[in-house]
Amino acid sequence: MKIWRIPDQVIRLAVVLVAAVAVLVVVRGRFVPASFGETGHYRADAVDVVAAQPIRYAGSQICVECHDGEGEAKSGSFHRTVSCEVCHGPAAAHAEDFESQTPLIPRERGAECLSCHEYLSPRPTGFPQIIERLHNPLQPCIGCHDPHDPTPPEVPESCSACHAQIARTKAVSHHLTLECETCHDAQAEHREEPRSFLPRKPTAREFCGSCHSESADSPADIPRVDLRDHGERYLCWQCHYPHHPES
Amino acid sequence: MAGQNDERKFPRREFLVRTLQLPCSAAVVTVLGPLALGSDAAAASQSGSETSEHYFGMGIQVDKCIGCGKCVEACKAENDVPREPYYFRTWVERYVIHNDGDVSVDSPEGGIRGFPLHEGESDVLRSFFVPKLCNQCDNPPCVQVCPVGATFKTDDGVVLVDSDYCIGCRYCIQACPYGARYLDPRTNTADKCTFCYHRITQGLLPACVEVCPTGARIFGELNALASPLRRLMRMSSLQVLKPALNTEPKVFYSKLDGEVR
Ligand code: SF4
Ligand code: SF4
Repeated sequence: MKIWRIPDQVIRLAVVLVAAVAVLVVVRGRFVPASFGETGHYRADAVDVVAAQPIRYAGSQICVECHDGEGEAKSGSFHRTVSCEVCHGPAAAHAEDFESQTPLIPRERGAECLSCHEYLSPRPTGFPQIIERLHNPLQPCIGCHDPHDPTPPEVPESCSACHAQIARTKAVSHHLTLECETCHDAQAEHREEPRSFLPRKPTAREFCGSCHSESADSPADIPRVDLRDHGERYLCWQCHYPHHPES
Repeated sequence: MAGQNDERKFPRREFLVRTLQLPCSAAVVTVLGPLALGSDAAAASQSGSETSEHYFGMGIQVDKCIGCGKCVEACKAENDVPREPYYFRTWVERYVIHNDGDVSVDSPEGGIRGFPLHEGESDVLRSFFVPKLCNQCDNPPCVQVCPVGATFKTDDGVVLVDSDYCIGCRYCIQACPYGARYLDPRTNTADKCTFCYHRITQGLLPACVEVCPTGARIFGELNALASPLRRLMRMSSLQVLKPALNTEPKVFYSKLDGEVR
């Protein structure tokens, strides 16, 4: 009569299975957070939690709304890319409540200026650097330089004020006694507007030859070459670095 | 005899296989079903109207970095990164290539107080600074390994950590090839750079970009036609760190030296 009968073992398995699925559903419901999976395999609400973090740096756009004079001075100066909070520290609290919250106002000679302007060889060539021990010791930086418009109060006397890396290299080379102007024709304006008035560089082998060729009228201990057959395909500085020529 | 045995065995084996298949597939459906649905929903929202219009990235001009460490300082202040022990969301490395070709890398306290003059200055062939941070990988290994889904990529491309959900297992810290993650000792949860998500979603720049005095760091939209970052991408040849790992970083470096790892 019985055409087909569900075997006992299948029924038992099914019971276990249904119980397992029920447990799984309950556990998932309890442990998986509400917004999990809404936008991906994560809790969607977590994005709002991260986005709600408090802001500490206000951004210089807010600063210049009140401090327009400083903003104006800075906008055309060498410090135009330096935002206010680089030196004055995080100022969102001050922007909220300027009466009770004062930002940093660095006046001493020290870290705020030197962290950028103390000489370090990896700093890009042309970036203004000083050697703190030698540069007007004991004077506060702001005594001579207006930090919002730090054009040097007097045009720098030495090229090394900006070209510290080259100066250091040259100082340990055979060219140490040469003035920069021996090879570079720098107009006076270069010291005030360095990028608008670029100094000239030598263009011909004969320039170096005026000291280093066999016929040159120069001290006897200077190395000589015959310009006609010494590396004639190249300009001198394509092989020798003039600020540190090999002996 | 043997044939008879086979005939008896076969239905039993088939029975066992079938009965095992049932719970297995049920389990697969129960467990993976919602996940598959979840990722479908995500795919739909990414292509549909809910798509975030932003896709954030960063450019770093190595030749402009002066190693002042202002970015490290600002990052710690903005994001409440513990001062000590020395964990960083962003840090600056100094690479020194010596005359004999040896490379030394240092990052004293992440560069937060700048760098001392390198000893043996005369033995330097060239040297430069490289700012580092989470690369906000488009294909992030840290997200792949998280067993609970506590770290994830948002629709605008930023990789975030859900610190309420993180179980502190440290898998992601191991998985990140750039050493960009740390375990916050106060919460015992993983932490890392968020591109200052709380700032960029309000139209501000990340704190490190805001304070970088030389403009070495550039932040912007990768999918905009005009943004400072797109301009950099148009004007420079860009590289990413460890491209062979296929993590597809969204932090791009210009003038990157081949020695940088
Ligand atoms: S850099 Fe590391 S932490 Fe950042 S997204 Fe890539 S793998 Fe994750
Ligand atoms: S703030 Fe800019 S210049 Fe200074 S270390 Fe950071 S990336 Fe380099």
